Amino acid sequence: MNRIGKQTIVLKNLPKIIQTASVVGQKEQDGKLGGTFDYVIDDGRFGEKSWEKAESKMQKKAVEILLKKADKKNEEIDFIAGGDLLNQCMGTSFGLADFNIPFFGLYGACSTMAESLCIAAMTVDGGYSKNTIAVTSSHFCSSERQFRFPLEYGGQRTPTSQWTVTGSGAALVSDEDGQIAITHITPGKIVDMGIKDANNMGAAMAPAAIDTISTHFKDRNIDKDYYDLVVTGDLGKLGHAITKEQLAKEGLDFKNKYIDCGMEIFDLESQDVHAGGSGCGCCASVFAGHIYSLLKKGEINRVLITATGALMSTTSSFQGESIPGIAHAVAIERV
Amino acid sequence: MKMTKKQYQQYAESKADKSKLWLDMFNAFWIGGLICMIGQFFLNTYMNLNFDKEIAGTLTSITLVFASALLTGLNVYDNIAKKAGAGTLVPITGFANAVVSPAMEFKNEGYVMGVAANIFKIAGPVITYGIIASVLSGIIYLFL
Repeated sequence: MNRIGKQTIVLKNLPKIIQTASVVGQKEQDGKLGGTFDYVIDDGRFGEKSWEKAESKMQKKAVEILLKKADKKNEEIDFIAGGDLLNQCMGTSFGLADFNIPFFGLYGACSTMAESLCIAAMTVDGGYSKNTIAVTSSHFCSSERQFRFPLEYGGQRTPTSQWTVTGSGAALVSDEDGQIAITHITPGKIVDMGIKDANNMGAAMAPAAIDTISTHFKDRNIDKDYYDLVVTGDLGKLGHAITKEQLAKEGLDFKNKYIDCGMEIFDLESQDVHAGGSGCGCCASVFAGHIYSLLKKGEINRVLITATGALMSTTSSFQGESIPGIAHAVAIERV
Repeated sequence: MKMTKKQYQQYAESKADKSKLWLDMFNAFWIGGLICMIGQFFLNTYMNLNFDKEIAGTLTSITLVFASALLTGLNVYDNIAKKAGAGTLVPITGFANAVVSPAMEFKNEGYVMGVAANIFKIAGPVITYGIIASVLSGIIYLFL
């Protein structure tokens, strides 16, 4: 069995992440990680009529850049696994249709980048695919209109609210030789601790992140210092603080080696994003840009990417249901 | 993590940054007050133009609603509201913004299923309960 412990999968053939690509909006480019992305859309509409079309185009652009960077043709890609936040994942379906690549549509809310990497890694490791692309996106404007209020509505945000990242990230997982491999994955469980405030997704998702990360360490039986970087997707300031404190209580005190993409991508003080960034595109663009380049340069050798998702819908919110959280962990190491 | 749901909710609540209540209230007070002062200025102006008080009041409302709708269309209103909170929400300007912003947002879905179907998405509950409240108070008034 290529499985250890409770829920961790060992990828014995070490599928490699041979290339990544990222596309972001201007606000993200103006943030702390500006310059680490492949392409910046200066106009939020990206020349399209609707925000949804802009998001699709952004995801399409990310895959196009990825194929170009990896010097691959569409026909060489066996599968593409992706999703986004919009109803029925329309951002992805409309964005990827033209590629003519067999497609796994995924919904894991903001955890989708890790989920798609899990699927990609398993297809390649199992010998079902030579090349699989993992891709996700989110767009501030399309998310606002679906989950919250019209853009021009005059409302106030609470301090725990987060700002959806306009961005897309894609990674090519391959059976070719390479230095950066996915060694283990720990798919997470749905964890619901009863948080109901849709403006406090960090607190809603943190228990899932804690559960997945601590399970991953137990399953692999590794020391807390094993990874050079432990990364969560979009917990923001509050979720990060909760996760850090609770993991430390369980003997996993990562100190400064634990970061959250939502806090990395924006400058929390000057960019008016309250608790930080969120959305599928947050973890995706930070991983595809900043973190992958750290791995490539050898500045870090082992990283645990734990993308987190809040699995609520507008219907469940209006019906007074709490917000179930999820987190999937992907161990990426230089080999 | 060994916590019950209730314990966790209290724990998360205790760690969360709180809204700056006094600052928010101060901003709501002076911006809301300023909007009312602008309203009063228009009311006085219209009365000086020899409109009687009732018509001048109606004209004042129309002016404020127009200004709010225009500022919403120019992408300015939400930036003021971000600071003002209830200061821009409570006056009639907030209602205009609540109608214009969905009308703008849902243009992509067409004029029937988009704009028309969604224009009262935010203001609808106010209208519904406003009518119910006025009917109830009318009935009470009838018997007094």
